[in-house]
Formats: sequence, C-alpha cells, structure tokens
Amino acid sequence: MEVIMRSRPIIFLVVSFLIGFFFLQPVLSSVAARSDDGHTINGRVKIPGVLSGKLSDVKVILNGGKRVSFLSTDGYFSFNDIPAGTHLIEVNAIGYFFSPVRVDVSARYPSKVKAALTENRKGLNELVLEPMNEEHYFEIREPFSIMSVVKSPMGLMIGFMMIVMFVMPKMIENIDPEEVKKAHEEMRNQGVPFSSLLNGAAGSALS
Amino acid sequence: MAIRVFVVLFILLSSSYTISSLYEDQVGLMDWHQQYIGKVKHAVFHTQKAGRKRVVVSTEENVVASLDLRRGEIYWRHVLGAGDVIDQIDIALGKYVITLSSAGSTLRAWNLPDGQMAWESSLSGSKPSNSFLLVPGKSEKDTVIIAYGNGCLHAISSVDGELLWKKELDEGIEIQQLVQPFGSELIYAVGYIGSSQFAAYQINADTGDLLKYESEASPGGFSGEIVLVSGETFVAFDATQTHLVSVKIRNGKISFQQTHISNIVDNLSGKATLLQSKLAGIFGVNVGTYTTFVKVTDEGQFVVLSKTSHAAALSDVLPISDGHFAFSIIQLDGDKIQQTVKDVEDWGNDFLIERIDMTEKRGLVHKVFLNNYIKTDRSYGFRALVVMEDHSLLLLQQGEIVWTREDGLASIIDVTTSELPIEKQGVSVAKVEQTLFEWLKGHLLKVKGTLMLATPDEVAEIQKIRLQSSGKSKMTRDHNGFRKLLIVLSKSGKIFALHTGDGRIVWSQLLRSLQKSEGCEFPVGLNLYHWQVPHHHALDENPSVLVVGRCGSKLDNPGVLSVVDVYTGNEVNPWGHVHSISQVVPLPFTDSTEQRLHLLIDTHGNAHLYPTNTEALEIFQREFTNVYWYSVEADTGIIKGHTLKSTCTLEVEDKYCFSSRDLWSIVFPSESEKIIATVTRKPNEVVHTQAKVMAEQELMYKYISKNLVFVATVTPKASGEIGSATPDESQLVVYLIDTVTGRILNRMVHHGSQGPVHAVFSENWVVYHYFNLRAHRYEMSVIEIYDQSRADNKDVLKLIVGKHNLTSPVSSYSRPEILTKSQSYFFAHTVKVVAVTSTAKGITSRHLLIGTVGDQVLALDKRFVDPRRTANPTQAEREEGLVPLTDSLPIIPQSYVTHGLKVEGLRGIVTIPTKLESTSLVFTYGVDLFFTRIAPSKTYDSLTEDFSYALLLITIFVLLVAIFVTWYLSEKKELEEKWR
Repeated sequence: MEVIMRSRPIIFLVVSFLIGFFFLQPVLSSVAARSDDGHTINGRVKIPGVLSGKLSDVKVILNGGKRVSFLSTDGYFSFNDIPAGTHLIEVNAIGYFFSPVRVDVSARYPSKVKAALTENRKGLNELVLEPMNEEHYFEIREPFSIMSVVKSPMGLMIGFMMIVMFVMPKMIENIDPEEVKKAHEEMRNQGVPFSSLLNGAAGSALS
Repeated sequence: MAIRVFVVLFILLSSSYTISSLYEDQVGLMDWHQQYIGKVKHAVFHTQKAGRKRVVVSTEENVVASLDLRRGEIYWRHVLGAGDVIDQIDIALGKYVITLSSAGSTLRAWNLPDGQMAWESSLSGSKPSNSFLLVPGKSEKDTVIIAYGNGCLHAISSVDGELLWKKELDEGIEIQQLVQPFGSELIYAVGYIGSSQFAAYQINADTGDLLKYESEASPGGFSGEIVLVSGETFVAFDATQTHLVSVKIRNGKISFQQTHISNIVDNLSGKATLLQSKLAGIFGVNVGTYTTFVKVTDEGQFVVLSKTSHAAALSDVLPISDGHFAFSIIQLDGDKIQQTVKDVEDWGNDFLIERIDMTEKRGLVHKVFLNNYIKTDRSYGFRALVVMEDHSLLLLQQGEIVWTREDGLASIIDVTTSELPIEKQGVSVAKVEQTLFEWLKGHLLKVKGTLMLATPDEVAEIQKIRLQSSGKSKMTRDHNGFRKLLIVLSKSGKIFALHTGDGRIVWSQLLRSLQKSEGCEFPVGLNLYHWQVPHHHALDENPSVLVVGRCGSKLDNPGVLSVVDVYTGNEVNPWGHVHSISQVVPLPFTDSTEQRLHLLIDTHGNAHLYPTNTEALEIFQREFTNVYWYSVEADTGIIKGHTLKSTCTLEVEDKYCFSSRDLWSIVFPSESEKIIATVTRKPNEVVHTQAKVMAEQELMYKYISKNLVFVATVTPKASGEIGSATPDESQLVVYLIDTVTGRILNRMVHHGSQGPVHAVFSENWVVYHYFNLRAHRYEMSVIEIYDQSRADNKDVLKLIVGKHNLTSPVSSYSRPEILTKSQSYFFAHTVKVVAVTSTAKGITSRHLLIGTVGDQVLALDKRFVDPRRTANPTQAEREEGLVPLTDSLPIIPQSYVTHGLKVEGLRGIVTIPTKLESTSLVFTYGVDLFFTRIAPSKTYDSLTEDFSYALLLITIFVLLVAIFVTWYLSEKKELEEKWR
C-alpha cells in the first residue's frame, strides 16, 4: 500500500491529487500526515446514488464517539491530532449500513497507514467508505393477492366450507352405498343435529 | 393427522424470528418523536435580506441549530461530539454559520439554508486558552474571520477556511476579551498577565500586524472575568472582590479607576456578578434580587444610572440605522416579563417598554438576544429571544410571546412513570365514540386499505380514523395500560409530566427546592423514586414521586428532598435541605397510606428512614435485621456490603437515623483492575418461572436472586478510549457478586479487551458489550446463571414421593451451587446504552434494546444471545427455537424500534410494562425524545389495530347465508326425492 506524506493536510490538495495523479498512481491512499502534535486521518464517504451535497446528516465517528466529524460538500472528512495506534472509524447515516473501519496509524512510519473493514476484514487501499448495504426500516406492504386472502383465518374458514361442500360428497361417493345407509340410520337413531343437512348433502351427491 | 398438521404449522411459525417491524404508514400510530436543542448559549439572527427569517443558536447540549423565527421550528440541527464543545457561533458572508469549538481548535462553516458543512479548519496552537470568535463585517465583502484559541490569533478566510495569518500572543497572557469596535479595522485583545497586570494588544485585522502592546499593573489586582463596556473600556473586580476596577485604554495609555462596591450597590449580601452588554457603554451589577446599571464615563468614573426592582438580563448592543444603538433589559416581575429597549446614547430614551403576561412559571431570565426590524410604518420594531431559568426559549415580539420551546426536555436526568386516574363512573365511553354507521364506514375503508383499493384521500382518512379511534390521548387509565404519565426530571430542576399517548406536556413545574437559594448555590437533581403508588388502600390519594437532589456536585454536599404530586405537579412535602445523600435504597415496604419506605444513606454511613412517621418506623423496625445494601467506590476499587447496627448517636436525637456497619468488602488490586461498570437487576422486574425447559425434556432452574451485582473491571491503562492501549496490556474482568454475603459467584477474564462496558442484568442473565482489541471489533457476551442445587428435582417419581427440596426456603445466606454458561458474539456498532424489555408477568420473551452510536435503538431478540447456541443445533433444539451459532449478531433493519428516526444525543432507554402481557412501552431520551410500544413476541393476546372487523362480519354473514341456502336446497332436494 502506498501512502503520501504531507506536512499540512488540506482537503483540496487531496482532491487535486486525486484528479491530477489518478492515472499515474493507480493506488492512492490519503490517510495520514504528521503535524506537530499528532496525525491526521483524511477520508471520504461515498454513497452510490446520493448526490454529494445531500450528506449533511452523515456523521463520522472516531473511537466510539470521542470525536465526531461531519462531511464537507464532497463527502470528505478529517480527524486531526490523532495519536499513533489503532483506531476505529464508524460512519453513521440513516438508511445505510457501513462497516466500521480499523485504521492503524504507525508512530515509526507516520506515512504508513493501514485501513480495513472490520466486518469482512477487507483491506482498503484508500479511505473511501461506501455502505455495505442499504437499510430499509419498514416492512413492505405486499400488494393484494389471492393467496393472502386464502391464508387469512376467514379464507381458511371459507376454504374448509368449500371442501366440506364439494369434496366430501365426492369422497362419500366412493364408499359402499350400503355402509352409507347404515351410517345414516345410526345417525338418525342417535339424533345427531345437522343430520338432515348432511343427509341432504349426501343425498344430493347420491342422486 | 390434524394434530400433526398443527404441530408442523406451529414449528413453522415459531422458527421464524419475531421482528417487531412496522409498515411505513404505521409511523406515528403508537410512537412519537420530539426534537429539542437544549439551553441556548448563543444566538445569531439572520433576518436581513432573507426570505426565511431564522435564528442560529448553539446550546449547552452541544447543538448548533437553525430555527424558524416565525414558529420556532428546527430547520436543521447538528449535535457535535461530546469533547467538541461549541465556544462561539456567528454568521459570515450571509450564508455560512461559523462555529468555533473544542476550546478554539476547530472552526467549521455550515451552509445556512441546509446545514451542510462547507469547510472545516483545524487551528493549532501551543497552549490551551480561552477561545473567542470575531466575524468583523457582516457585509459580503469582508471575508476574514478572527478566531483566538490555544494561545494564537488566527485569521481565516470565510470563503474556504484557509488560514490567512496567524499570530501567537505572548506566553503568560490570559486573554479575556477580543473586541473590534464597530466599523474599525483594529482588534483589541485584552487580558491579564499574572493576577495584577493588565495587557492589551492592538492588531490590524487585515494583516495581523501587531500595532501596539501595552501593559500596566493595577494596584488592586484582578479576579474573575473582564466585562466589556465599550471598545476601549473594561470593568472587572479586583483581587479582593470588594472594588470594581475600570480599565481605560486611550492613546495607548492604560488607566485604572477604582470604586468600592458599596458605592454602587447598597447593603450587599452574597455575591455580586457583572452583566455584560457588549459595547453599550454601560454594565450591570446583579446581586440576586435586583440589578444596578452603571455607566462608565470617558474618564473611567462610575455613574450609577438606575436600579431595577428585580434581577434582570441584558442583551448585547444592536446597531440600528443611522448611528443609533439599542440594547434590551428584561426582568421578571411576578408573572409578567418586562422588556425595555434602550438607546445607548441616551439612557432616558426608551425605544420600547412592554409588559407581557406569562402564565407559566419559568423562573428567572437568563439570557436575552435582541433583533430589530422595520415595521410597515417605518418605525423600529424589536424582537427578543429570551432564555429562561427552566431552559425554555421564548420569542417576544409586539407585546406577546410568539412561540415557546420547552428545551428543558433536552436534558433529562431521570424518568419514572405513573398511572393515570381511573375513568370516573357515569361518563360513558360509548357516547364519545362515533355512531354505528360511521363505525361501519370506517371499517369498510380499512378493508379497502388492506385490499389496496383505497385512493390517497381515503388512505389519509384511514390514518385519521386510526388516530381518533385509538383515543390514545385521553386523560384516564385504559384497559391495556398503554396510557400513562411519564414523569421526567430535567437538569434545570423542572419536572414535566408527559402523556404517553401523544407526548404532550400535561403539566410542568419548576421545583422550588431545586432552585438556587441561600445555602444552596448550585442545586442539581439526581433521581426520581416512586413515593406513593396508591392502588388498594388509599385510592382517593394522588400518586406522588420523591425527588432527590443535592446542593452542588460534591458527594458530601447537603441533599435536597421533595415530594411532588403526580397529577397536579405541586410540591406536597418539600423537606428542603437535609443530610448528605450518597445512596437511596427504596425498601419493599409501604405504610398504610401506601407511602413507600426509603432508606437514604449519607456519606458518614448513617441511614435515614423516610417517610418520617411512627408507623413507618414500626414497619421498619420489624425488618431491621433484613436490610442490606452495598456501595461501590470506583476510585479506590472497593465494593462494600453494609447492614444496620443501631440508632444514630448524634448530638440531636433522631429516631429515624440508624448507624451501619460493614459486612464485607472486596478490594480490587488498583494496579491491575479499575471498576468501570456495575449493574444490578431492576428491583421491580417480574420473572414468570424459575424453570427452563430445554430440548429433550431437559429442565434447568434459573438462579434468580435480586442480590446479585455484575461488576466489570479493566486494566487502568485501558480505561481510556479505544486505541489507547494495546491488546497485550489490557484485559477485562467481569464478576458476579452476591451483595448480601459478598461472595464472588463467578469471575471471567476477557484478555485483550477493554471498555467501555455497557451491561444489562435481567432474570438470570447478564449481557454486556465491550471492545475486543485483538479483533478490533465490539463484542457482546452473555452469562446465564443456573441453580444446581435444584437440578436433581427433575425426577417425577421423587416429586411424587416428596423427596425434593422445592419447598425448602430460599436464603440469601446459604451458599448457592450455581452453574454459569457464557458465550460471546461480535457486534458491529458502538453502543451508548443497553436496556431490556419488561412485561407485566414476565411470560413474554425479552428483547434487548440497544442504543447505538448512530442514536438509533435496535431491538435484538434474546434468543440471539443464548449461550446454548451451537453451530449445528440438533433437530430437537431447532424445534425449541434455538438459533444456529454465528460469529456476529445480526442487525435486522426492520427491528430498529426508532425506524427511520434518530434520537439525537441518546442517553437513556426506559421500558415500562403494560397491563397487556405481550406489550412493553419504550421511552428513549437524549436531546430528542422518542416513545413507542413494542411486542417482543408479537401481540398474541390482542388483535392488532388494523384488524378488520368488517371483514369478520362479512365472513360470518356469508357463512350464515351459505348455511341457509344449502339448507333450503337440501330440503328442496329431499322433497323431490320423496315425490319420486
């Protein structure tokens, strides 16, 4: 990984660098520079499909909230006076999930900086943070479908009734007529309610 | 067969993870969200040449916000980081809001219309110092911003934030004021060198050249801040605080004039403070009850102008056209605000005197910001933004309060809840409801909505009907227990009662006992406790809460106690100032009027019993030997257990005071362990059953004890922020300690981990969140505690024969045989706060509520943090609902209870059980407030709100018709058969 060292980190320098030397230097990391009393981490947040001017509610959080940085118009952010060590950067934007990023700032080689996503351990050549996925906070209402009606308790009730009305008689059809007669007689003797109904249904099927 | 089908269905249903998710059109049905900003520190108006008139403010909650001047609504708002305190704000170029923060090291420009950051500039310097911001010209040609911070003066281009020049001021000078007189190109930086030397720099604003430097020793010395009177005149107290010193810089010469304070204010008792009105040529001396205005003449002499009858606040000077300058004095006279806008040149000339009624008690006026406009008749009109003692923000214009913001709610200290009054008999609910026809029409509309046939107009109507029919904002108790009062105590000492239905303020009260008074200079509220919750014996009494506070921030300062009626907000029983309070132990006993007994422990280890009546004393004496409590001394790393000894031996006899003795103590080695978190179970938590049935008919007994405390310690080196320690030198140790016996039940070490630790303790488990330095990711761990002494009670035969120990008494003294299970998972986000849902009977499964660093609240099913999870669960375990083990906890966007909203500056989550077992109320607070209700296992005990009764009726009707038709047909058929 290649890194550029600058004495004073100024964002527009990075931009001009990006534009001017992008083709000459395919791998460019714009992470750290040493100033008198600490290091500086510069980076950029990029959300595909979102205009860079609409990033006013995005926050970049260093080490669990000790420092919060905001994005400038092009999505750039920076943290100044960072001690050497391993740091954690989180991006917080409603509607997107960003993996936290582990950033190593070395004291011995101030220009050497490593960055990696902690969620999938993917190394980053430059500190350009993109969302891992979009977050949809709401269930999507499914459009009206026959299945949803059938699955509802009412649909099940109607379905069950349909089965009783149309399939049951067919099933009875296959049974020996004498046994049906026998069963009918038994039912009559016991005086089961709705027997006449069932009788009627069976009768209609038999006829 | 049917049973088999049912079982399959059941398994299918139970294996799908329950997510308490919402549809987008359900937002606002059972939740509400309120946005606040906090107590305003600075305000800058932007009214000229602007279509939308706005005021930009910065607050003590570290918010910079742009407010609509007509209504007080927020256009945009940013909450800066905790260490990034805003020092000053201003507007530059008419399009940027400039904020100076982090003690003068960060300068940012925000786009005025939309709040997008335009540029950021980091100002470095050699030493920490005060910080000041000057935006010289308000015109669009002036592009330079002067900022002082870290001992250096910086000039920054307001176009792109580039540094134009930098000037380091001499070491040893403590700059007190940075001033640029109106229309001048010069900047004065004045301050002290040592305690008696006054120094002034004169600097060219365009080039940064030091034009002049003067310093002069004052005979009396200085103390406190310098007050700016005019461009060349300053006033401060001398070292003894008995004289006022005026400093005049004229032609490069510094001259002092002194006068005794008694020449200005008579019979001064207490402390006088100076009020600044930038560049008005006058200043105020506030002595608490009244304010004196003093003019400083050209010779530096003090001339007393007038005296107000009440304490007043002063605004900065506002240039109005053709060389006139005005400023405003606001004082509170009973329930009226009196505003006087005066001409700087002519004290007797008042532009405006207004007296405005203020019905609500808001305390004293703390700050005033003045702005002017030109009326249609070309005369001057003034509007004033007023910050009151209760942190509320008012806009005064044309003799009335145009709008009010209750920004005290941005700094909530503690929350408790109360039931609403029972609905009075005789008032029928049915009368309030709509007629049957409207009811049916509403339900038909709902059917249309569910079938997706409704037009947008109808959808809006459905939404309206839903809101109406729920009747959620009524002032009475409801059947499900959803309607309650949230009692919140704010930093300003004001108590609010919020209705859970719509979040409106039912009443609010600035507590007299938490206001500044003699002997109590800086009272702070600490906690709220349920004092009286009448339900059986004293139903006609109103419930009340106990407010505990302290005078000042030190632990041994005297305490403040007060009891507040929850329905009216009146202070029923202000005890006023009492002994110091280091701990409050609510006891599980109540007296005959349902007043709960509380034990207040002072810093000497004495326990004081409240309420102070003989009945309470009697009850307490019965339980005297059973009272135990523990204390944590985080600084020294000691946890101690205490019990009561005897009555106090004080000079004044107090039968409600008891002395205590130490039972046990645990000392953590200070070189390797530092206490960073202690968590206990909520005392009112309900657990439904002790038994936990596992797969394959296994049974385990949860170890449920209210006397357990979870303690987390880290290596002192790693107690700072993340990245400050390496994995090898950092370890996290967690303990489970019994608070009665002091026994350590469990100890576990996480190597290479560090805090901050956020933990929640419920039933028999603890879940805690910490940082794993080796993986450089956050982790969450769970510990579950099981009771082994009952483990052999599984044999049914033994149970029948009676050879079991289920009926043996549970004692806190006995040594428990416990078994702990633990597991850890990665978690993506930083966590600010963790809570757990609570339900009435504890049957419903629990969700963890995790407040993330993004100020959202995530509901995580407890099943994901179950130490029994394995990578390949058996069939039986799967049927039980055990989730296969993954290395990180899932973040399902639909399970954010805050859905698309943010609770900026999230600080706390409170869960409240409802009468409906499935449902729990969730109140989260920070700078914003958010309330919702969630059902961790879905609302299995009630129909959902969008349940379609009409569809049910139609189905029943269709079924009936079908029965009759078939009956008729069969009759007919039978008849035909018989005829045949």
